[in-house]
Amino acid sequence: MEQQRETAAFGMWLFLVTEIMFFGGMFCAYLVYRVSYFDAFVAGSQKMNITLGALNTAVLICSSVTMVLGVHAAKTNRRRATVLFLLLTIMLGLVFLGIKAVEYHEHWIAGEFPGPNFHFDGPDPRHTQLFFSLYFAMTGLHALHMIIGICVVGTIAYFAWKGHYSSEFHTPVEITGLYWHFVDVVWIYLFPLLYLISHKH
Amino acid sequence: MSEPVATVKTFMGVFVTLLILTGITVAVSLINLGPFSAVIALTIATIKALLVVLFFMEVRYSPKITMAVIIAGIFWLGILLALSMTDYLSRAWGTYGQ
Repeated sequence: MEQQRETAAFGMWLFLVTEIMFFGGMFCAYLVYRVSYFDAFVAGSQKMNITLGALNTAVLICSSVTMVLGVHAAKTNRRRATVLFLLLTIMLGLVFLGIKAVEYHEHWIAGEFPGPNFHFDGPDPRHTQLFFSLYFAMTGLHALHMIIGICVVGTIAYFAWKGHYSSEFHTPVEITGLYWHFVDVVWIYLFPLLYLISHKH
Repeated sequence: MSEPVATVKTFMGVFVTLLILTGITVAVSLINLGPFSAVIALTIATIKALLVVLFFMEVRYSPKITMAVIIAGIFWLGILLALSMTDYLSRAWGTYGQ
């Protein structure tokens, strides 16, 4: 059983490495264009809502903690606690998406969504539009991972409620946790790159 | 189960550290440090990522091969970023200047 558990976790890690490369392509695009059009990227970065971004970072960290406590509860045979922590994780994930939606709405209203209606008063609006394209692509892909994560945690919570997991068998809870934390790590990098490092002084 | 289990106390310690680091990185971003603001922000992000990976994802308590896979993944990402940049940063050479 122990070997099965380790193999499953290892397989999940292999998948997460492919995810590193998936997001890595976008981080690479960001790096190349940030270096090439630094001033346009700084101008775009000024439009980020740092308060909501920081709040979302805190929400995601909290959700990682509830996830880790859920896995711990499954390991220590506490069925009700496992379900409760998994539901809390889902709730925090939804709060994150809600705050993200508010931010998207703000950008949409301000005409900062890339496309025919894009409008920006700055030195280089074309390349600021590139910044916003990357912003929406990167946070959008991250949000998609969050939505998938919420569905998976929901499924796991259902099985936990049905009593499928115990200290002997809790592999699904554990590898779902690995996925959830990975999505948290991606945000840990997205937050400074998109919101913080170009703040005007 | 023979696997070593991290305690709830450890998780709480990591949790508080992560929140404090988030506060620090936001506070530092409000100070003008020129190019160093990116360096500091990414250093703090890496410390946070390490805490999540080592404790929440329990790599600290996992077989060594897990760590090897992660390092290989990051190394490959490094190749992607570094070689792309050697291309883009050196394209202008010979175009401008002499």
